[in-house]
Amino acid sequence: MKTAIGTAADGHATEGMPFDVERVRADFPILSRLVNGKPLVYLDSAATTQKPYAVIDAIVRYYTESNANVHRGVHKLSVAATELYEGAREKSRAFLGARSTKEIIFVRGTTEGVNLVAQSWGRNRLAAKDEVLVTGMEHHSNIVPWQLLCEQTGAQLRVLPIDDRGDLRMDQLDRVLTERTKLVAVSHISNALGTIAPLEEITSRAHAVGALVVVDGAQAAGHMPVDVTALDCDFYTISGHKMFGPTGIGVLYGKEKHLEAMPPWQGGGDMIKSVSFEKTVYNDLPYKFEAGTPDIAGVVGLGAAIDYLESIGRRNAAWHEAQLLEYGTEILSRVEGLRLIGTSAMKAGVLSFTLDGIHPHDAGTVLDHEGIAVRTGHHCAQPVMTHFAVPATTRASLSIYNRREDLDALARGLHKVREILG
Amino acid sequence: MEEDLRELYQQVILDHGRKPRNFGALDGANHEAEGFNPLCGDQIHVFLKVSPSETVDSVRFTGSGCTICTASASLMTASIQGKSKHEIAAMFERFHDLVAGANGSKNSEEVLGKLTVFGGVREFPIRVKCATLPWHTLKAALDDDHKVVSTE
Repeated sequence: MKTAIGTAADGHATEGMPFDVERVRADFPILSRLVNGKPLVYLDSAATTQKPYAVIDAIVRYYTESNANVHRGVHKLSVAATELYEGAREKSRAFLGARSTKEIIFVRGTTEGVNLVAQSWGRNRLAAKDEVLVTGMEHHSNIVPWQLLCEQTGAQLRVLPIDDRGDLRMDQLDRVLTERTKLVAVSHISNALGTIAPLEEITSRAHAVGALVVVDGAQAAGHMPVDVTALDCDFYTISGHKMFGPTGIGVLYGKEKHLEAMPPWQGGGDMIKSVSFEKTVYNDLPYKFEAGTPDIAGVVGLGAAIDYLESIGRRNAAWHEAQLLEYGTEILSRVEGLRLIGTSAMKAGVLSFTLDGIHPHDAGTVLDHEGIAVRTGHHCAQPVMTHFAVPATTRASLSIYNRREDLDALARGLHKVREILG
Repeated sequence: MEEDLRELYQQVILDHGRKPRNFGALDGANHEAEGFNPLCGDQIHVFLKVSPSETVDSVRFTGSGCTICTASASLMTASIQGKSKHEIAAMFERFHDLVAGANGSKNSEEVLGKLTVFGGVREFPIRVKCATLPWHTLKAALDDDHKVVSTE
């Protein structure tokens, strides 16, 4: 595996360690391609990150050398595939700071993780008069599964609002978090605003009223250290593809006591101990929640992504992205008519903005012409757009492979947008 | 490269995008429909007064969208006034060919008139839906199809 920088192997280098972004960039083959004849400037990592050789090679190597089904068969390949698969579960456990691999369920991604909790934990527990609390900065994937659950059970959905900087209105928490609240669903980092939620406070206050906490960690896992045991959240779910791994694979962490008490979500092979037409005995954790042949190659790729990210160091990643965010905020503030959406003091590498008189979709087309990939639209967070009274924003999101030049290119691109669209 | 962009964002399109004509609700409309592009949030509501002989006597629209969508709606309303349902169907077909079809703008000047300024859209396949959303919505209004039109 190519290692980008030679910082501490435990990924806990001190702040301000030298971060060689050019060496990191060399790990990502796609970054050297041209788009519309111009060098690619990739500023859409909140949608999906690019993949390093380490991940691409691990998947190729798996299919080339070890492909077989897992947890069955005594033959060599099946044993090798199972070792890779379960090895990635242990890597995921360590990566998230979970106590046991029983608490690590492989799912398709954050969306599936949230849906699994909503249906398996919530469906038979919630009733009319119970409440589920979400926040005003959630992605649709952390709203709609709870709305479905509320429809099924008669429970009510409550919302903790955000303020005009995009921070959660913690002063309003007592109003919406009551003894009726059975579950709180919150993003660690907002995909549309970059706001980092004060999870410790939310979790302790939720637990004080007897509510569980589900965290959508999709935007956090690839950008900062995450320790679910320290956070004390009940569930935490992530997507591999937002942290340099493949699409279609993710992890749901859940405290063992909750997962033990929950019924299986899907039935099939691998999630059973024995089956007869009279009675089926379910498998132990974590297999109880992994029906059918899993995405083995995806899990192998995820394991490689974790190794890769740990070789960089998540503290280093956070430090690098914080520097870039500061620089980007500074140069974008000088662009005429630009309004930043999401200005929290506790913010990750997301620069969401509008331009006076210019629709984000038009800006996106001109930027694409310059080889600059940004996201335009509502970012699957329409309530956020409604809060700020904008139909859509343009969003530049950062990752470890971005450099100041990317943000300079964005600023130049935005001048071009003005020039073309007036 | 640059010409593609200039071709897409011609002055006429920028002008109609900024100052759409026939913008606002239409009192006494007897047909209307709503169209939506869930990918970018473009939203168009078309109001029509259609005569018993199926001619569009007046048309207005409301909504919000990008330059291409807004300009397309504006220029569409300007060009279908007084046209019959059949003429409009033929225009939509030509317009679709112009922005996305295999034949491009060939021989469409006569039918489309000013609408040929949208010829530049064909170089930007991702923007075709922006240009055609107003037309799909218009068709739904004419056909009294009460479903909300979606580009997806």
